[in-house]
Amino acid sequence: MTNELDIFVGNTTLIDEDVYRLWLDGYSVSDAVGLRVRSGILEQTGATAGVLQSDTMDHYRTFHMLERLLHTPPKLLHQLVFQIPPSRQALLIERYYAFDEAFVREVLGKKLSKGTKKDLDDISTKTGVTLKSCRRQFDNFKRVFKVVEEMRGSLAGNIQQHFLLSDRLARDYAAVVFFANNRFETGKKKLQYLTFGDLAFCAELMIQNWTPGAVDSQVDDMDVDLDKEFLQDLKELKVLVADKDLLDLHKSLVCTALRGKLSVFPEMEANFKFIEPCRSDRWPLNDVRLFLNQYSASVHSLDGFRHQALWDRYMVTLRSCLLRMYHD
Amino acid sequence: MPGKLKVKIVAGRHLPVMDRASDLTDAFVEVKFGNTTFKTDVYHKSLNPQWNSEWFKFEVDDEDLQDEPLQITVLDHDTYSANDAIGKVYIDIDPLLYSEAATVISGWFPIYDTIHGIRGEINVVVKVDLFNDLNRFRQSSCGVKFFCTTSIPKCYRAVIIHGFVEELVVNEDPEYQWIDRIRTPRASNEARQRLISLMSGELQRKIGLKVLEMRGNAVVGYLQCFDLEGESGLVVRAIGTACTLDKLSSTAAFLPACNSPSKEMKESPLVHPPSHGCRSTHNSPIHTATGSRLTQNFSVSVPTLIYTGMGSGSAGKEGGPFKALLRQQTQSALEQREFPFFTLTAFPPGFLVHVGGVVSARSVKLLDRIHNPAFVGIMGNTRSYKLLDWNSFNSDEPETRDAWWAEIRQEIKSHAKALGCHAVVGYSESTSICEEVCILSASGTAAVLNPRFLQDGTVEGCLEQRQEENLPPGCGFCHIPYDELNMPFPAHLTYCYSCRKQKVPDVLFTTIDLPTDATVVGKGCLIQARLCRLKKKAQAEANATAISNLLPFMEYEVHTQLMNKLKLKGMNALFGLRIQITVGENMLMGLASATGVYLTALPTPGGIQIAGKTPNDGSYEQHISHMQKKINDTIAKNKELYEINPPEIPEEIIGSPIPEPRQRSRLLRSQSESSDEVIELDLSHGKKDAFVLEIDDTDAMEDVHSLLTDVPPPSGFYSCNTEIMPGINNWTSEIQMFTSVRVSRLSNINLTNQTLNKNFNDLCENLLKSLYFKLRSMIPCCLCHVNFTVSLPEDELIQITVTAVAITFDKHQAVQTTKTHVEKSLQRASADNEELLQFPLELCTDSLASHPFSPAKEHLESASSNSGIPAAQRAVSVEKASPLTEGHFRQRSAPACANSTVGVVKMTPLSFIPGAKITKYLGIINMFFIRETTSLREEGGVSGFLHAFIAEVFAMVRAHVAALGGNAVVSYIMKQCVFMENPNKNQAQCLINVSGDAVIFVRESELEIISAQQPIASCQPACSGGEIAT
Repeated sequence: MTNELDIFVGNTTLIDEDVYRLWLDGYSVSDAVGLRVRSGILEQTGATAGVLQSDTMDHYRTFHMLERLLHTPPKLLHQLVFQIPPSRQALLIERYYAFDEAFVREVLGKKLSKGTKKDLDDISTKTGVTLKSCRRQFDNFKRVFKVVEEMRGSLAGNIQQHFLLSDRLARDYAAVVFFANNRFETGKKKLQYLTFGDLAFCAELMIQNWTPGAVDSQVDDMDVDLDKEFLQDLKELKVLVADKDLLDLHKSLVCTALRGKLSVFPEMEANFKFIEPCRSDRWPLNDVRLFLNQYSASVHSLDGFRHQALWDRYMVTLRSCLLRMYHD
Repeated sequence: MPGKLKVKIVAGRHLPVMDRASDLTDAFVEVKFGNTTFKTDVYHKSLNPQWNSEWFKFEVDDEDLQDEPLQITVLDHDTYSANDAIGKVYIDIDPLLYSEAATVISGWFPIYDTIHGIRGEINVVVKVDLFNDLNRFRQSSCGVKFFCTTSIPKCYRAVIIHGFVEELVVNEDPEYQWIDRIRTPRASNEARQRLISLMSGELQRKIGLKVLEMRGNAVVGYLQCFDLEGESGLVVRAIGTACTLDKLSSTAAFLPACNSPSKEMKESPLVHPPSHGCRSTHNSPIHTATGSRLTQNFSVSVPTLIYTGMGSGSAGKEGGPFKALLRQQTQSALEQREFPFFTLTAFPPGFLVHVGGVVSARSVKLLDRIHNPAFVGIMGNTRSYKLLDWNSFNSDEPETRDAWWAEIRQEIKSHAKALGCHAVVGYSESTSICEEVCILSASGTAAVLNPRFLQDGTVEGCLEQRQEENLPPGCGFCHIPYDELNMPFPAHLTYCYSCRKQKVPDVLFTTIDLPTDATVVGKGCLIQARLCRLKKKAQAEANATAISNLLPFMEYEVHTQLMNKLKLKGMNALFGLRIQITVGENMLMGLASATGVYLTALPTPGGIQIAGKTPNDGSYEQHISHMQKKINDTIAKNKELYEINPPEIPEEIIGSPIPEPRQRSRLLRSQSESSDEVIELDLSHGKKDAFVLEIDDTDAMEDVHSLLTDVPPPSGFYSCNTEIMPGINNWTSEIQMFTSVRVSRLSNINLTNQTLNKNFNDLCENLLKSLYFKLRSMIPCCLCHVNFTVSLPEDELIQITVTAVAITFDKHQAVQTTKTHVEKSLQRASADNEELLQFPLELCTDSLASHPFSPAKEHLESASSNSGIPAAQRAVSVEKASPLTEGHFRQRSAPACANSTVGVVKMTPLSFIPGAKITKYLGIINMFFIRETTSLREEGGVSGFLHAFIAEVFAMVRAHVAALGGNAVVSYIMKQCVFMENPNKNQAQCLINVSGDAVIFVRESELEIISAQQPIASCQPACSGGEIAT
């Protein structure tokens, strides 16, 4: 005797967090049942495998029906078909839009196009995230990107408003959108050691300081693109490296101030222009911080340098980013 | 024009994309009532149109207002081709027609299409202005209130309970009309939905007229059903209990314990004055549905059964004359009634005097086309309600649907009489149809009632003397109403274990809820008997005869199973018994559900003894003793599980055993003229101390095995099919109503009764297991009002539909009642505000004081000898649960999603919401939907299709309740869920009919706050704003 039809519909939609996770992770019903059995649920509840199968199917069906609504979270709040307590709605949305670290590091900075979507197979193999889950995460990135791409106002704010995500997750999405839009290649080998957290941190600072929105909150694309004027102006800072006198002066100022305070002083002197090598030379974090502070501060003492404000806009962000990225 | 209906179309949202090119929609709305249609402007290129229309005004008779639904159609404007329909909303405006219910319907309604399901929402405002009308010959019954609830609704008081009202209307089913071959499925479905809506409206109006005629103002326990007879037509029938209800003034309603003046304060305590009541005259016949004709005139009446719980014996010595007097007077009150039936399952205190046992009747009928010349008119443009009113046709036809039911009811009535009862309570009717065969069933509980609620005007003083009032509470109803020396069946009687004065049967079966004042030991549990019988496929009479022949055996076996399972649980009474017999092409299914309890008034059940018939075989005997041990172990385990540890009562208190009834002749004879060969079945299983099961063949062996296969629910779970769970009274506020459907395909190889039984049993058991698993996060919790429905949609398919509500309770705060009966009755007088306040207070006090023969002294004595019963718990009404409910009330509105505009609407099959007070009844919800698909696979197969549809039905019910200003549906029931599939064609169709009472409830905790802040609040309590969260 086989069940042709087997459903359970509650006036309040039942959401099983564990099954939701399995569904989000892209497991098939039978895989999910297997995983649930291994979790020891049968022993805990005295249920049979048949019961578990039926329950899992039922939840999967519910999630499948909810998925359409999850694509536009405000709809989930206003729809009438599924009665879900607000706290559960928030949980559904937050989990649906959550992404895997391994996955995001593969996709961050890439164009969210069909081409990338085709690569999902490889990404899935490489990261161990199921293809189904990869697709969901990729589609989420793309959907959020499309909606907020050309919107005014704060990027994270827009994302939060249109996708009802938590503050934290909205900011992460802002980073994803920012990187995708600016195609910052984060997949390079020497950047491999950086976590998404590092990059998101940098993106947030760049959004705060280097986008048009940092100056004027009424422009289009204010948080998505880098401020072109600002990038143009940055050329002015080249004088600091190009002008030999200025460079030397700057160097001596920094060196004087730091002499005795840094344990890696000789290396610093030698590597003045290159921050990255510090890592290979194993500078302690504190030394890097001291150095960078001094490096940006001493510019103010350079008499011949006129772009103090620009320097600060550049350096304050850069310094924080560098410090964040400075780890193993 | 006695009424003006005003409709405003405000806006739409989430509309589907109708124009692929623009990804947008040009939507407009048609508003139709009767034959008048209005249209809004087209709102171009938007999925969220803002029509903000003018008020569309319909001037109509109130008769139309009652019958017709308001029909709102949303369309997509198309310049070049026909406009495409997006979907429809039907709004029943009945709740606006009586003053105490809703005053406005306003809110977001799902736009429903029978092919696509819900497609966006529309915001509508509806109002009705009723003019006073002095027309004496009116046909409307505006003002009569309808309740699905099968008890006197909270916040009302029953002045008089008039009794049974019934009506049915018949029509052609549009699905089977010739035109259906040329119209689209959508048009056909919509014609059907509209017709049923019209027929329900008409039916309700006609029932209302009958109520007015009886000088009542309300129908309680209203149950409306559809019989889809296929080719032969469509029957809509309804039964209910006419009452005169009085709105409780709030001071009385919320006295001591909850001490909060309610919002009803301002409302007149008077019932809606019968300004248009009582005047209806007979210028049109009220009995409809006389138009059917049975060409073959075939009818088989099936042997009728009387379930026991029986005993014999006139009342105790002192009580004798009184009982007789009481009976006489009640009888006279009831004799004026054609059918002294009551659809109620719970009663005002004192209403129910004695319970005799379950009475039921079944009849097998052959359906034939209902000759109804009027149906042609449905296609035309004439007003359709008139077309349904075809009493004039075929009035000379002797055999009608009406007559069928009258016949069955007659039978029930005579059975009740045989049990010494003059009334039937907990009465219900049902049908099962397969092709051209139809089984009509009716059942109820024979009872003796207190006439004071049944009569008009002044209460006749002497009738209030009910000696039971003076006995320890909670045993009176168990006392046998029939004559000990003239027993309708052999039975085993003892003196009541509570009062020692009256005789009680050893087992009691009823269809009603456990009376609130009944004393029980331990907890109750759901008990089911399941049975299948194969039957040869046959045609017409042969088929009907085959079915009729099988029925008595099924009834007998179902009864045996129930009895065995009850004893296995160590219990002695069944409440809420419902036996469903379903007919299919090649089998019959029987499913009985009830809630078992241990009543302190009844004797401890004997065990089950197994006896073999071949005593010489050693190994066989060993096997027998092994089985016996297993059974004994199970009984012991169940007693522990359900906490059944009745007090040991010394022999001398029980008194001498009652002598054998001298006479065993059966007096019970069916009086039904139509049934020519009525056999009486003796289901009492004779007189045996222990229940002996003889296992002389494999069949019986199977039976014993199946007895032991029922697994008790996991720890922390309880289940029952009644309103309240005996032994649990500390509900917390979390509730979850659900519907679960399973369709199982039988493998058709070598199908025997045994394998069939096993399959069916497994299906039910697995379904229950799944429910327990799904709801495990609610533990400790109880599944209440578990309602199983079985249907056989096709040859090898069994469909089971379950609706129930899971309610959490507080494990640690069980209200322990260790007090003596006397203390309890005192306690009751002071604490049971709910009951006492709903009904006149003098009820209890009067009867205590004024009974001249009151054996008060003895009562006290016997009560004191009973004192110290440890586990005895009174089944308290849940309403007054525990003060802890407040603590458990959780406000769950998370700030993250605070902008949600969808208010929570609770749904429950029970008549109450735990931890809350119902402050207003807004009207009846009665909805019928059809959903069809031609892309079954794409919609997720049969499960995906039905899952989505049921979710949509819930959503539409909630939306209607919210639009009425309510925040819950109580007494919710899914009356029908007819599912048909054709996977080869990728098609499926489903029909669902649901009903319930829309209400406003306020949390007890909130009531206090409100009363503190605004003593006379007239606002509607937060229902649309989402303030009340689950």
